[in-house]
Amino acid sequence: MIPFLVAAAAFLLASVAFPQAPAPASGDAAKGKSLFLKDGCYECHGYVGQGTKDGARIGPPVLNAQGLIRYVRRPAGAMPAFTEKVVTDAELTDIYAYLKSIPAPKAVKDIPLLDQLK
Amino acid sequence: MARSQNASKTGRRGFLKGAAAGAAALVAKPPLAEAQQPAASQQAQVQQAQRGVVPQPSAAQAARETNPPPHVDVYTTDRPGSDFMADVIKSLGFEYVAANPGSSFRGLHESLINYGANKDPELLTCCHEESSVAMAHGYFKIEGKPMMVMAHGTVGLQHASMAIYNAYADRVPVYVLLGNIQDETWRRSDVEWAHSVQDAASMVRDYTKWDDAPVSLTHFAESAVRAYKIAMTPPMEPVVIVADAVLQEEPVPDADRSKLRVPKLSLSTPPAGDSAAIAEAAKMLVAAENPVIIAGRAARTPAGLKSLVELAELLQAPVQDRRFRMNFPTRHPLFGGGNIADADVILALEVPDLWNATNSMTPVNKFGMETKRLTKPGSKLIHIFAGDLYAKSNYQDFGRYAEVDLSIAADAEATLPELIEACKKLITADRKRAFADRGAKTAEATRKIRERDLEQASYGFDASPISTARVSAELWNQLKGEDWSLVSDVTFFSYWPLRLWDFTKYHQYIGGHGAYGIGYQAPASVGAALANRKYGRISVNIQCDGDLNFAPGVLWTAAHHKIPLLTVMHNNRAYHQELMYVQDMAARAQRGIDRAKIGTAISDPNIDYATMAKAYGMYGAGPISDPKDLGPAIKAALQVVKRGEPALIDVITQPR
Repeated sequence: MIPFLVAAAAFLLASVAFPQAPAPASGDAAKGKSLFLKDGCYECHGYVGQGTKDGARIGPPVLNAQGLIRYVRRPAGAMPAFTEKVVTDAELTDIYAYLKSIPAPKAVKDIPLLDQLK
Repeated sequence: MARSQNASKTGRRGFLKGAAAGAAALVAKPPLAEAQQPAASQQAQVQQAQRGVVPQPSAAQAARETNPPPHVDVYTTDRPGSDFMADVIKSLGFEYVAANPGSSFRGLHESLINYGANKDPELLTCCHEESSVAMAHGYFKIEGKPMMVMAHGTVGLQHASMAIYNAYADRVPVYVLLGNIQDETWRRSDVEWAHSVQDAASMVRDYTKWDDAPVSLTHFAESAVRAYKIAMTPPMEPVVIVADAVLQEEPVPDADRSKLRVPKLSLSTPPAGDSAAIAEAAKMLVAAENPVIIAGRAARTPAGLKSLVELAELLQAPVQDRRFRMNFPTRHPLFGGGNIADADVILALEVPDLWNATNSMTPVNKFGMETKRLTKPGSKLIHIFAGDLYAKSNYQDFGRYAEVDLSIAADAEATLPELIEACKKLITADRKRAFADRGAKTAEATRKIRERDLEQASYGFDASPISTARVSAELWNQLKGEDWSLVSDVTFFSYWPLRLWDFTKYHQYIGGHGAYGIGYQAPASVGAALANRKYGRISVNIQCDGDLNFAPGVLWTAAHHKIPLLTVMHNNRAYHQELMYVQDMAARAQRGIDRAKIGTAISDPNIDYATMAKAYGMYGAGPISDPKDLGPAIKAALQVVKRGEPALIDVITQPR
């Protein structure tokens, strides 16, 4: 157990000491959608990022692209960290573009099936 | 043993003697003429057979068919032992017995359907013993009394064992009767040897409350009644009784007939808490500024639900429901509010995972294991728990040891009335005012939770695959005016029905698996729907795809026995919980995050559940992936259910 913790700590320090290159300014939403499905983001967050009991709502996102990348690298909750080794900043920027492309939902009052549940 | 008494006209000894003589007459020596047929003649017959020509009968065959038969004894009885077993079983009031047929209980099977007229209990034809037990599991949670299950003591019980464990962990009494041939000299073939066992119940003894293997009919009667009584005393659990095949099939000796009697069943009153402890609990609750009630399997019956509402309203205390039973109305202003981190007194009622409810652990995404108490220092924890009256050691469903300040070993439902009265005596006008303020704050908090839930439901509402919130809203739209019963767990459905629908009655929710043994849900929903049938309720099962594939033959059982049940597939095409876990492991190992579907996805090919339903003889529709098509599909399927038949809609859903 201890060697694992030491290794993990060393990895975290390394990450802090050598910050990653800045991500591209904008991404490709179509590519992002494909990555969102392929890399399993939908498993906890839903196909349109609507959120489930196992993952927060992320579509449309409230964070900016840099915020999303920071969170994916060092998540605060129960989400596993996805490092640069498995998903690059550029890919995350594409995923962000996909999430950004998801339209906001209608208000509850405009969805009769939900409005009747008030 | 009663069966070997000489007084019987067709007792065992006589039977063996007669059988030996008859068998000798029939098969000991081949007829001489036939044995001496020339080889050429036999060869000619083979050639004729190969050409499809029907050969002429030999002289010996012709003689056998035309001459008077040799004398053989005929063995019949108007009173096999299994008839008496049926009398005992009937006295216990079972409505149904679920079974996949098996030779080791063929005698009892015949007695139940003929001597017992296939009524109380009626035989349910099941395609798997796991289905039989899970049907009994679901049935109990609606009807409040056990269903009997029959199975082979060997291969049948092996199939049934996981479902028995689920029932055990869920505190549900299932009455399991096993067939077995205890006396080796009665095992007529290799099959019967393979289907016999020295101690049948041993395999499930770790997760059953009591068992016995009676060696006489009187012994059977007493143990059968005792088993029922033990199963129904809280904490309720499955029990096993072995019906020896020889006892079933041999006639009851004449001399014994007048001695056999069915013992009277007298159920024990459930254990209520000690009065002094209840008074102490009442004192703590009435004095508390921020009490919270945690409900586990608190309500066993509608009376439990009523009592819990009365206690919560009396104290204006929020109720946090662990969703094991229908404990509390979901739109009640006290439902789901409160926070145990702020609580000064927590009252836990039949919470099997109390430590988990009051502590946090390092999640899967981190290394190591650290735990943290979620309650504030100085807070007091009261637990009323029948589980403290009965525990086993091997299987670990009892959870981590919870440090409790006042532990009352008793059945919560039986204890609540006295606790309510004890609280009433202590409540002053000042406390009433404080309670009212607290209640208003809790109501405001639960109103906000509800508002947030509705807003959350709007996200992805028009998406395809269809969101689980949308499925729930569509269902509610058509169930709201009906007498309905949700007969499935909804943990894997992000709990949406519990967040959106208006649950008020005990039969509207039955909780889940118990031990999360997958394969429970489809048969449990059929069992619960069977119990709901006579009350005219519409039973709804939100069915996980992985679960249905363990033993889908239960769909045929539902069709065959005309059990009205609407099954809506939660078809996310994966063992999704495991998919997420493998994804976690891949992320922490920093490799192959696009490979977690290997071994977890149920696709390529996709399973066509509508066709599966049709193949089993019931209504099937779908797959439906456009949310606009869902409402009409539910409406059409409900018409089938209202006719008294099962119906299934395959819905391609979001993962959770």
